[in-house]
Amino acid sequence: MSDGYTPEMLELIKRVEASRPQRLAQARAGNDFPAMSLEQRKEVLNQFHPDYTTEGRRVLGIGPNKEEVLPEELVDLLESRSIIESVNPDLSKPDMETDVLVIGGGGAGTAAALTAMQEGCKVIMATKLRQGDSNTVMAEGGIQAADQEPDSPYYHYLDVIGGGHFTNTHELVAAMANDAPMIMEWLESLGVMFDKHPDGRMKVRHGGGTCRKRMHSAGDMTGAEIMRVLRDETRNHNEQIKLLAFSPAIELLLDNEGKCAGVILHNMETRTYLVVKAKTVIIATGGTGRLHYRGFACTNHYGATGDGLVMAYRAGAKLCFMDSVQYHPTGTSYPEQNVGLLVTEKVRGLGAQLTNIEGNQFVFPLEPRDVESAAIIRECLGLEKGITTPTGRPGVWLDSPMIDLLHGEGTVKRELPAKHIQFKRFGIDIAKYPMLVYPTLHYQNGGIQIDEQSGTDIPNLFAAGETTGGVHGRNRLMGNSLLDILVFGRRAGKAAAKAVKAGIKQGTLSLDHLTQYGQTLSETGLDRGVKSPMILPNYAIDEVNRRRWDVKSPII
Amino acid sequence: MPNENKQINHVAMVGDRTIPPKDARFIEIYIMGQRYKVPETLTILKAMEYVGYQFKRSCGCRGGICGACGTFYRILGDHSIYTGLACQTVVEPGMILAQSPFFPPNRADHIGILDSKMPPDEHIATLYPEIFRCVGCGTCTRTCPMGIDVMNYIALFKRGDVLGGAKESFDCIMCGLCVVRCPANITQMKVGLAGRRIAAAQLIPRSEVTKKRAEQVRAGRYETMLAELGQMDREKLKEIYTSREREPNLSGPGEWMPKDQSHL
Ligand SMILES: Cc1cc2nc3c(=O)[nH]c(=O)nc-3n(C[C@H](O)[C@H](O)[C@H](O)COP(=O)(O)OP(=O)(O)OC[C@H]3O[C@@H](n4cnc5c(N)ncnc54)[C@H](O)[C@@H]3O)c2cc1C
Repeated sequence: MSDGYTPEMLELIKRVEASRPQRLAQARAGNDFPAMSLEQRKEVLNQFHPDYTTEGRRVLGIGPNKEEVLPEELVDLLESRSIIESVNPDLSKPDMETDVLVIGGGGAGTAAALTAMQEGCKVIMATKLRQGDSNTVMAEGGIQAADQEPDSPYYHYLDVIGGGHFTNTHELVAAMANDAPMIMEWLESLGVMFDKHPDGRMKVRHGGGTCRKRMHSAGDMTGAEIMRVLRDETRNHNEQIKLLAFSPAIELLLDNEGKCAGVILHNMETRTYLVVKAKTVIIATGGTGRLHYRGFACTNHYGATGDGLVMAYRAGAKLCFMDSVQYHPTGTSYPEQNVGLLVTEKVRGLGAQLTNIEGNQFVFPLEPRDVESAAIIRECLGLEKGITTPTGRPGVWLDSPMIDLLHGEGTVKRELPAKHIQFKRFGIDIAKYPMLVYPTLHYQNGGIQIDEQSGTDIPNLFAAGETTGGVHGRNRLMGNSLLDILVFGRRAGKAAAKAVKAGIKQGTLSLDHLTQYGQTLSETGLDRGVKSPMILPNYAIDEVNRRRWDVKSPII
Repeated sequence: MPNENKQINHVAMVGDRTIPPKDARFIEIYIMGQRYKVPETLTILKAMEYVGYQFKRSCGCRGGICGACGTFYRILGDHSIYTGLACQTVVEPGMILAQSPFFPPNRADHIGILDSKMPPDEHIATLYPEIFRCVGCGTCTRTCPMGIDVMNYIALFKRGDVLGGAKESFDCIMCGLCVVRCPANITQMKVGLAGRRIAAAQLIPRSEVTKKRAEQVRAGRYETMLAELGQMDREKLKEIYTSREREPNLSGPGEWMPKDQSHL
């Protein structure tokens, strides 16, 4: 099935088909396209990676990361006032109280909630959308863990830190690599259906930047499978883990000693606000793809607006590596309906190669992601050997038909069922025709700074998952994020429970930090009347925005 | 749904916003009965945003995997009911659509399903006896946006083939469209979920190598090795990194071992 492609595109695909037999023969003989040296990597990054250029960045003028040059869209949110700054709510009678309050119902938040519950704590989990509407469900490719004979946490560590250009925080990488096999054991015991050999051994593959095969998967729905099982497990404990959906957190509460002491939640449906007092708070709000840095399309879910960063930053927590963003090398650039959506790295892990308009391979398919992305951008914008779609988007071919040819008929359908369906809907059979791809905004490498027990700068405030930074340094390898969120989600749950058990004395609740933050904004002239967190993106077109008159509506 | 977040409207966003090409053809669709003109080729989700909806419910991953945006529709003049995911279905002229923001699913308590003494098939039958009331109409299968043969996996569970049901239901994104349509009030997605968890925990062998490695970790085997890496200067670290041996792509499970085995 190919009627999804235009005749012009089909004509170009013939060149990919022409070079395929030779590329296949080389792949079978184990002759890969040569990987880049560290020098070559540096060169292509400096010239073509969006992180390494100066456009779209600005100096941040407030808070613990003052003076850092960060993406403009993020600086806009950080240099802004709280939605409730002028309200002054009564904090003396909280609406709810709990031991542990988890903000976010993705993988990190759910793992944290389960762990804190197992340690005997009462948990409230507040999520913006439904539990599981998250980046976690979207993870297709897999999760890394060094559990096979030729591998060990030592090599996993090396791959992570090399992939991150040796900038990663040592303690976090060591914790993650070491916990990984235990995480797999935990998931298996909860009934996650991983891809396995008949004897129970999990199937493993290479990922970009790995020296051993340690990518575990559950079809091409690894994140969804993990998420639906973890979610089901929390539903088994409805009383100990109270779920408040469609109720995003909008600010943290501190006590008069500056310790974290709860949150303000916003019920989006009744438009009411709740004061929740908590002995400990765990931020697990995920990433920032929906800020659309520099107008890039993104792979993230609808709620990835960086709320946790904003709340934590206003309360005084330091962020790290926020200038470093991951562009996934293979976002869809055709058909238009799928633009920005991820084509998992597993496709390359299974042997699909990237080729240019001439059908020639131009890069080792499994370079670290930033290098791979920069190489694709160079091929299209620097060397002008990319393909242009009917809507004017650039792209290169990802030769997916190689997969069936290398591993047998039916492999694409079996190993990549969701992707196969997604393209089939628009008339393209990816087992028979290559896909057109271009880098897309994918992952926030940086975030709230944590220690190896998921603790932040603020006492009794913990953070886990994509909203944190340090473990991946300046570049994350595929499969290490699903791992990261579970390792540090569990560690956060444990650390919070430990703090609760040790006994927590709380002073009076306060939102003074918001007032002070607002004052600083006014004094420094940074106040542009913006308010945050963003909560939901606004995709209305100009025409609609014009009709949304700036008046108080009589309808709540 | 009015826009709640007026404050940040000025933040420029083009990433996912629709900018129809100048010569775009417009078509008429009906969103919950109301007529709107939208550019053709948009997905239902983007068409609704185009006319001014800001989603709270019925929008999650926007990539066809979270199951939040299940949608029912008819086409003017056609008596059939169609289903699809709003983020994956392209608008058609005369489409009359409504999303399913929530539906009360029956979920049995899944506590103890992982290590129960009851045989897996009996367990499923006890948790969800309503599967035996399946009338075999096949509406679930026709409704599924993932192309799953839903009726078949329910049949497999009925027959006691829990592993078969688990595999057949694997692609389920739990959108619940089949559940809404089922005349026997079966909650297919929950049956599949329970079946998969039971199958993975009880019917599929556990991974021995994983267990062994986890035990090695718990015994502290890698702590000194990892601590040493933390002490190492960057040049030395780079040297070890660049000289690490790479496992061949096509080696079978447990087949290949590196020359240097001092850090395994
Ligand atoms: C398309 C895609 C594919 C990926 N593939 C892989 C892969 O193959 N392997 C891998 O390891 N990683 C992969 N990743 C990365 C990985 O999935 C994510 O980094 C990870 O799942 C993030 O988990 P999290 O729990 O930190 O955040 P999320 O899973 O995003 O969860 C965050 C949760 O917080 C909620 N939230 C946000 N703001 C608020 C608020 N103010 N109040 C309350 N709740 C809030 C959100 O709604 C959401 O439920 C992929 C990511 C994407 C987008």
